[in-house]
Amino acid sequence: MTVVLDLTTAIRGLAANKLRSSLTVLGILIGVGAVIILVAVGNGSSLAVQNRIKALGTNTITIANRGRFGRGPATSGTQTQAATITAADIATMSDPNQAPDILSVSPVLGASVTASYQSASSTVSVTATSPTYLPAEDYTVEAGRSLNSADISNSAQVALIGQTVLTNLYPAGANPIGTEIYMTEGKNEAQFQVIGVLASKGSATGTTDPNNIAIIPYTTAEGLLTGYTNDFQRIIVEAKSAGTVNAAEQEASDILASANQTTVANLPFFVLNEQSLLSTSASTTSTFTVLLGAVAAISLLVGGIGIMNIMLVTVTERTREIGIRKAIGAPRRAILGQFLTEAVLLSLFGGLAGVAVGLIGSRFKIVGVKPVATPTSVVEAFVVAVAVGIFFGFYPANRAASLRPVDALRYE
Amino acid sequence: MNAPAADNPVFGSIPPVIALRNLTRTYQMGDAEVRALGGVSLVIERGEFVAIMGASGSGKSTMMNIIGCLDVPSSGRYWLDGVDVRGLDETRLARVRNRKIGFVFQSFNLIPRTTALANVELPMLYAGVGSKERRARAVAALDMVGLSERSGHFPNEMSGGQQQRVAVARALVTNPALILADEPTGNLDTRSSEEVMNIFEALNRAGRTVVLITHEPDIAARTKRTVRLRDGLIIADEPTSDTRHPADAGAIR
Ligand SMILES: Nc1ncnc2c1ncn2[C@@H]1O[C@H](COP(=O)(O)OP(=O)(O)OP(=O)(O)O)[C@@H](O)[C@H]1O
Ligand SMILES: [Mg+2]
Repeated sequence: MTVVLDLTTAIRGLAANKLRSSLTVLGILIGVGAVIILVAVGNGSSLAVQNRIKALGTNTITIANRGRFGRGPATSGTQTQAATITAADIATMSDPNQAPDILSVSPVLGASVTASYQSASSTVSVTATSPTYLPAEDYTVEAGRSLNSADISNSAQVALIGQTVLTNLYPAGANPIGTEIYMTEGKNEAQFQVIGVLASKGSATGTTDPNNIAIIPYTTAEGLLTGYTNDFQRIIVEAKSAGTVNAAEQEASDILASANQTTVANLPFFVLNEQSLLSTSASTTSTFTVLLGAVAAISLLVGGIGIMNIMLVTVTERTREIGIRKAIGAPRRAILGQFLTEAVLLSLFGGLAGVAVGLIGSRFKIVGVKPVATPTSVVEAFVVAVAVGIFFGFYPANRAASLRPVDALRYE
Repeated sequence: MNAPAADNPVFGSIPPVIALRNLTRTYQMGDAEVRALGGVSLVIERGEFVAIMGASGSGKSTMMNIIGCLDVPSSGRYWLDGVDVRGLDETRLARVRNRKIGFVFQSFNLIPRTTALANVELPMLYAGVGSKERRARAVAALDMVGLSERSGHFPNEMSGGQQQRVAVARALVTNPALILADEPTGNLDTRSSEEVMNIFEALNRAGRTVVLITHEPDIAARTKRTVRLRDGLIIADEPTSDTRHPADAGAIR
């Protein structure tokens, strides 16, 4: 019953100064809305980065032979030879007894070639690899078939092409399956039959187009790509699950180290573990989100000070009323409750409106980021807003409740 | 909370409604001390009808505020219904103001933007009376002051006399033993004053103790006892007589 009293009295008190109350509500509204939208923007950009990294394939480790790129071989004691990754190493890594956490190993040779079909031609990055490369790198075949082990053993002149290659080389609506394309690199030229088309794939870095790609069996690369040897510049190791990525990395590194008669630390290989990349980026983007949230929280704090300011004015203005109420027997907690309710109502209205504005604002793209509002940030912003109302409302309300009746009544 | 018997200045089994002993009240104004009450002793029994008179600044309101538990004395003792108010904490004082005292002010002091009915209901709300009973008693109180048809009006929609009658209804609605009024007719014309005084008389006839401050001898003449203050001291305390007291000269100036 006291609650009902406080609510109606408080609403009447707020309604007496509609403009002032609305402006105070606006302060909280902006604070809550800003928290929700900015945290959503932070979340959105974090999700975008994570999706881009996921596009690389999540359970994979890329091992690249750095020694090939002019850094020189690692030297450890007597070992001065350049380290290599051979077909035998790949076979060892593919053996579940020796590397239980590795699902597949795909050698990768890459080169930029000119592909042509009839009169059309364009530059395509060609990847010579094994069939396991496609699932490891999250490529899916949209039409036709994928590579198979027969293609590898027969050194078949077959290719899978990406969406960009399809649109660049073929007229719209044409079926490329079964057609022959030419790939030229320097003085080498080879003819490939298109056996499949890859589904479109997101970009990891945003700079290279993952759809401007042709995939051919690595055994076929010998005639086409310069510098082909039985020494792979890059392999992609796929772990059995996301949880075993680090174990798979360890196994692959151990096998390569012993094959090259050196230690893991001395391997001249660059190991890119996408999971650790993911967690690094997740931590940077979450820092970003926290920063954005903190900026927004400051505006919420300013809104809270607005409440306190308005409540102090209200208490001063209504000192006489407080005196009257006390004179007719209002206990301290009734006065406290009345003004605290007013403050909380202000922050409650502001909080609700702020949630609405925040959710609506989060539906629009902001600086190129699609915001993703999380229920936690919405609930937190709302709860903090109400807490701000209680916190900043308490001082003025307590001041009102502590007035001596005679002093309050005499107040002009 | 009752004062020890030895400490209680009252004889007999029924304590007086008001018992003041050597009450003083000083205000600190910068370096200077203003002595508004200089040691007042007064006993008002149940059912009395008392007028307090005196020149402006003689300490009438100061004394009334202490009696109404709106202020506390600087020294001296005050027993309300035999209870020493010095021993009461804030919550109990609020309850005393709510249940035992009905206060009427010169400036009406209704809550703005609140209907007459809601204003009258307010003390019962603080007393925790249920909404149905609250409504019924407030309607009855407004009826008693002749304002039942004004119950939905806001204070700024009523004349001063009507506002003061609402204030009286608010003071009497909790059935307090003691009704205090600080110049209740000070802002009213003769007719409205008459109406308000009629209500006070009726209340007193019904057994309530009524204490009012007034500058007007006509008003004081309708009470049964007149207490005169000058410079914070009681200079006269006697049954009201028709003959004007010489001290009134000071009050009227
Ligand atoms: N809050 C205060 N601070 C300082 N002095 C005060 C205060 N209240 C009253 N006084 C002083 O106390 C004295 C008594 O004041 P009080 O209001 O009791 O007079 P009163 O008899 O009610 O006068 P009036 O008939 O004009 O209402 C006056 O001298 C006044 O100046
Ligand atoms: Mg006075």
